[in-house]
Amino acid sequence: MANSDPAPAHDSRLLLLRPEDNVVCVCTNLTAGDMVSIDDREIAVPEDAAVGFKLARRDLAPGDKVLKYGAPIGSVTRPIAKGAVVHTHNLKSDYLPTYTLTGDTRFLEAAP
Amino acid sequence: MITGYPRADGRKGIRNIIVVAYLVECAHHVAREIVWPYRDQEVQLIGFPGCFPNAYAAKMMQRLTTHPNVGGVLLLSLGCEGFDKYSLRKAIKDSGRPVETLVIQASGGTRKTMEAGRAWVERTRKLLDEQERVPMDLDELVIGTICGGSDGTNGLTANPAIGRAFDLMTERDVACIFEETGELIGCEQHMATRAATPDLAREIVASVAKAAKYYAVLGHGSFAPGNADGGLTTLEEKSMGAYAKSGASEIVGLIKPGDIPPSGGLYLLDVVPDGDVRFGFPNISDNAEIAELIACGSHIILFATGRGSVVGSAISPVIKVCANPVTYRKLEEDMDVDAGAILEGRRTLDQVGQEIFDLTESVAGGTATKSEALGHAEFILTYKSFEPIGPSCLPRAS
Repeated sequence: MANSDPAPAHDSRLLLLRPEDNVVCVCTNLTAGDMVSIDDREIAVPEDAAVGFKLARRDLAPGDKVLKYGAPIGSVTRPIAKGAVVHTHNLKSDYLPTYTLTGDTRFLEAAP
Repeated sequence: MITGYPRADGRKGIRNIIVVAYLVECAHHVAREIVWPYRDQEVQLIGFPGCFPNAYAAKMMQRLTTHPNVGGVLLLSLGCEGFDKYSLRKAIKDSGRPVETLVIQASGGTRKTMEAGRAWVERTRKLLDEQERVPMDLDELVIGTICGGSDGTNGLTANPAIGRAFDLMTERDVACIFEETGELIGCEQHMATRAATPDLAREIVASVAKAAKYYAVLGHGSFAPGNADGGLTTLEEKSMGAYAKSGASEIVGLIKPGDIPPSGGLYLLDVVPDGDVRFGFPNISDNAEIAELIACGSHIILFATGRGSVVGSAISPVIKVCANPVTYRKLEEDMDVDAGAILEGRRTLDQVGQEIFDLTESVAGGTATKSEALGHAEFILTYKSFEPIGPSCLPRAS
């Protein structure tokens, strides 16, 4: 599974790990508007996508499982268009919530 | 060729370190001051901060101070703490190593204890420097792996490359240890298919179920904000990447912190405490896991990082395998291997796996890693509690 040679991609800036995956991995920093090829369809990347991020390989709907390495890595929470970045704003864990820094300072203000 | 320092228990060390160990936070400053002038001469600081006794911490300190990379030990006690300094000293003495205990309350306080400690370190350093390295076989090595500061590239480059290196090592009967069952949630059924026996498979599945339960009680998975900044979205995505470090070999055993692999092959280290949730998070930062891998006898740690961890460790050298090509260019002085080259088509997974294998041999022969040369010797040890492993965890030893 995770330990096999990556499948050849149609676009060398993107990596499809397994044929059943519905996301592709970003291999180099992409800027909004960059044209990429996903399954032989030219598509403009709608937002910046840094190396290590994921793009949708097809349109995804809430409740869909996202597959990477051929394994489910969570459930879609908002509609995702083909080519869009798949991340914490539209995908959630089926196990434990993902913690990110929000810049929320309420706990500081609570101090006397 | 690898060479090492022979120890009385039959193991060999690839370094000859003097460890100065404080047995309670109250002795930390004195211990650190003793180490400071000799920090570039293989003299390193470890310790346990708590005043309450803890069986796990006692076992960890015993395994660490009698680790093959350690040549001599100075124990620093305040005098009134709960740590059993007598048992620890006896275990070190019985292992054939020079050992001294300094009790600050009985040695005239801070300054006099520092002077006595430095005098002991100087004498012992001279003694250890006279020891000669002897030839050592590859299958005498124990290698641990960890990922930290992970991002979306870890599972694509550094982690599977370490997996390839582990496959090369287990073929040569090196004992290889992977860990953090809390970062293997979702991979347990696949791991079970790789277990040497059905009973071991059940133990592996149970260890991950224990981790999932433990983290659920804490309400927080093993996932840092920087993981998400680097493109990792969920815990199960991180798990899939982390799992790639284990390679494709059969899993021959399940061990817990301080258990030393009885033979070569691939072992899973269960780092999540047993019983009710006590003492907080299983590992509060990467170095807590590294210390546990070292307590299991690891001579070298293979550390995969995408975001860019800079840590090393006391006792065993850390080889930094950088997963992300952008990070590598930013932090090249801290990174030993550029695994991100795979994403840019400059290297293949097999080439990087071979490079990690070759570098491991070279570091075992005495070459300093980047973190070693930069003086990194981080260490952390906190409270935990474990039950001993059952007989089905090491099927080949029983």
